[in-house]
Amino acid sequence: MSDSILDAKNVTMNFGGLRALNNVSMSIRQGEIVALIGPNGAGKTTFFNCVTGVYPPSEGTITITPPGKSQEVINGLAPHVVAEKGLARTFQNIRLFQNMTVLENVMIGRHARLKSGILGAIFRDGSTREEEEKVIHDSYEILKKIELEKYVNEVAKNLPYGAQRLLEIARALATEPFLLLLDEPAAGMNPKETGHLDDLIVRIRDTEKVTIFLIEHDMSLVMRVSERIYVVDYGQLIAEGTPAEIKRNPVVIKAYLGEEVNA
Amino acid sequence: MKKLLPELKKSFVTALWFVFLTFPILVIKVNTVRNTILWRWANMIAVFVMTMIFSWVWRRLLEKRARGERLVDLSRVLPRNLLDIDIKTVFARKKVSRPALVVLLVLAVLFPFIAGMYQTNIVTTALMYVILGLGLNIVISLGGLLQLGYAAFYAVGAYTYGILNTRFGLNFWIALPLGAVLAMLFGILLGFPVLRLKGDYLAIVTLGFAEICRIVLENWNDFSSGPSGINKIARPPLFGIKLTVPQSVIYLYFITLALVVLTVFVVRRLENSRLGRAWEAMREDSVASEAMGVNLTITKLSAFALGAFWAGLVGVLFAAKTTFINPASFTLMESILVLCIIVLGGMGSTAGVIIGALIIILLPEYLRAFTQYRMLLYGSILILMMVFRPGGIIPKVRKSYVFKADGKIEGAGHE
Amino acid sequence: MDLNYLLQLFISGMTRGSIYALIALGYTMVYGIVQLINFAHGEIYMIGAFTALIVATVLNMTGMPGIYVFAIAMAVAIVYSAAYGFTMEKIAYKPLRNAPRLSALISAIGMSYFLQNYVLLAQTSDFVSFPRLIPKFRFLEGAGGMLSSTQVVIFLVTAVVMVLLTLLIKFTKIGKAMRATAQDKTMALLVGININQIIAVTFVIGSAMAAIGGVLISSHVGQINFYIGFIAGIKAFVAAVLGGIGSIPGAVLGSFVLGLTESFGTGYISSDYEDVFAFIILVLILIFRPSGLLGKSQKEKI
Repeated sequence: MSDSILDAKNVTMNFGGLRALNNVSMSIRQGEIVALIGPNGAGKTTFFNCVTGVYPPSEGTITITPPGKSQEVINGLAPHVVAEKGLARTFQNIRLFQNMTVLENVMIGRHARLKSGILGAIFRDGSTREEEEKVIHDSYEILKKIELEKYVNEVAKNLPYGAQRLLEIARALATEPFLLLLDEPAAGMNPKETGHLDDLIVRIRDTEKVTIFLIEHDMSLVMRVSERIYVVDYGQLIAEGTPAEIKRNPVVIKAYLGEEVNA
Repeated sequence: MKKLLPELKKSFVTALWFVFLTFPILVIKVNTVRNTILWRWANMIAVFVMTMIFSWVWRRLLEKRARGERLVDLSRVLPRNLLDIDIKTVFARKKVSRPALVVLLVLAVLFPFIAGMYQTNIVTTALMYVILGLGLNIVISLGGLLQLGYAAFYAVGAYTYGILNTRFGLNFWIALPLGAVLAMLFGILLGFPVLRLKGDYLAIVTLGFAEICRIVLENWNDFSSGPSGINKIARPPLFGIKLTVPQSVIYLYFITLALVVLTVFVVRRLENSRLGRAWEAMREDSVASEAMGVNLTITKLSAFALGAFWAGLVGVLFAAKTTFINPASFTLMESILVLCIIVLGGMGSTAGVIIGALIIILLPEYLRAFTQYRMLLYGSILILMMVFRPGGIIPKVRKSYVFKADGKIEGAGHE
Repeated sequence: MDLNYLLQLFISGMTRGSIYALIALGYTMVYGIVQLINFAHGEIYMIGAFTALIVATVLNMTGMPGIYVFAIAMAVAIVYSAAYGFTMEKIAYKPLRNAPRLSALISAIGMSYFLQNYVLLAQTSDFVSFPRLIPKFRFLEGAGGMLSSTQVVIFLVTAVVMVLLTLLIKFTKIGKAMRATAQDKTMALLVGININQIIAVTFVIGSAMAAIGGVLISSHVGQINFYIGFIAGIKAFVAAVLGGIGSIPGAVLGSFVLGLTESFGTGYISSDYEDVFAFIILVLILIFRPSGLLGKSQKEKI
């Protein structure tokens, strides 16, 4: 249970002359809720991008060990392969399929778990029909879990902001990941929505058995929800520990926290 | 009255501007051979008057657009009761749509016998463009890929049949799937180099490919017989029997009609499938779709391929119908015409494409007087549609579902 | 190695390149500022040529000396093309500034067809001969027919236009505003730049240059017709994309690369496939360098 499912070792990312990540190593164990925090521009999203295959890291290795499976290296793999292997993510700036319905957005999440191709689409044989019915049903169930089912036929761009953020999470969940990477899920949300969100995060971890790795700026959410925190600044890992440890860590406070955290 | 004067002034100024603008080209006509000038003052007056009217209407429509109002308000003209009936929901109900379709089908079947050879020919052409529109829909509307060189695949189909029939006696019925498959392969071939290209770059390269194809066809005489084209292509045989020309016309009409039904069927199925959703996701946000497991390479290539398939199919039909093909039938204009059809009708909407094709192909025939101005009209339609009704005449409606406590039902959104 | 032939092809290629550059600059400037491929830009070029032809023919009948006719025709063509560009933007592009890119592209295509047919119907579908306005320069007689007077004029005028444009973009307030708007429209608005005005100015300048190109090439070739805008437009657009769309030096570089390739290609390989060279180069460059020769690779921040 405490084996690491994601292991990033000595990850360095260079963009031309800019070193966005410098020798960063992190690991996530199954069943954890881990947060990645740091000032803006610290390299957090860059790290997520390296893990999910948006670009391969310039140096270092990233390996995953999906529950029940053997370890494999994933740096250099394309994003859709990484997703198929069980890593799902949401984006810092909402990237929904704006002109598709809420249900359809979630249905796309199922893409890697379905099998039917061109012939299946055209001929609609028994297994394809079953698969399609199941997709619709399963997607709706996910919407219910996130409490978005009332928007089911609404076009995504018409949703209120908070619901859009939740929809991204629902869509990511549809991929049946073992690890969910959330990039600033609370950005732009009001306190009520954020409170709702932290219940959701814990619920996802407990009920869906999905490990959560999140980037967040909202410190109260981070402190309430995470069991472990990594702190980066200027592309380097400057601290790691429990919320209590991080709160007290002078390096972190100097770089980032300041007055923001209430006991 | 207070608002009228500034409005009149605006229209007046605009009208003067247009008179100035159009003066050299519209009023002066030089004949460089005989060295004469023709002054067409009447044009100036026409421009002035028309601009006064149009600019006033244009500004009103823009205002309405900005306020989000309907552009044409029929409520002043028609009685309330009539307007309360929403045509779309009426037709969406199976009780109405099923018999309506049957009636439509019956009319379609009887048509060639009522209307005569000439009309049938034209409608067959329109139906061919329906298939082209549905095919292009896959690439542009679903996949979001700016394919501006659709005519190339059309040409592949046509020349496949043209060459293989006149030189090797290939039968139409074999050429039909063959042309489509070859066009499909061509689509994949052309898709590879453009995989990394975005939006506008993709547009110009696909356009370039189509032009290259046309130029090659024009110049590679040994292969394609160059600009003089290929003639004496065989019409489709009916169980081996060669038909007379009038019989052929009717025969081709039914073949095309059947293919339209097939196309609609297949395209709708593709749309509502895992692949169709992947296409749309790719269009909406390719980065996000990839993060959700969509293989962009396969999805893009399949869009190109399946789109090209229909163009190839119609190409074979076209060759069989006109019995003569040459590169001039596969210009950029053709590609743009199909684009026009889906834009006008409604991108992504099946009914829209059908209406669009019928309007664009049939209208010029029935408005013979306007043939000269046809291109002006096409151009204006494109601009006007994009400004005022980008969704098209029949915009696409997304599929919606009703989830009951026990199971679920597919709701409305069925165009 | 026939040096004479090579030189001839080189000059011919540079001539083409100059004309393409004049048109391509308009494309690239408009794209840089509103991210729109102005399909109708070629038609502006064509309208410039036609306007000049009409004015020149009328003036020629008054017996005015050729070089004055040329100057006046050029000036009038510039004014008119600028006016058409300005009007076109207001009608077909301004209402679509916030619409998806495909809409604006389709509107541009519509405008292109509209203008082509407008000229076709108002004038004629035939080729119309362009009057001989530029006198044969005496000093060229020794060059043995390698360089014609029209070519000299083309090179000179193009060079002057390039210099003026560079000065404008780099040193004037308007140039700065144009660069700012191209980089970030919202910010430009916030610092008080009148976006509508800047966009209109961009169209006007681009159209003016296209007109110059139109008049120059018509003097050189001797005849025009309503369709020349389409072909030249596509080629110039290819040149702009080749150099990196949105990049002004890229448009110039791409134009000369294209012009020389076409010239050498038709001279040494085949003249039938002239138009194909443009596209082959384009496809090759875009495969290996998707943003063009000098283009900035648009790395999207995810």
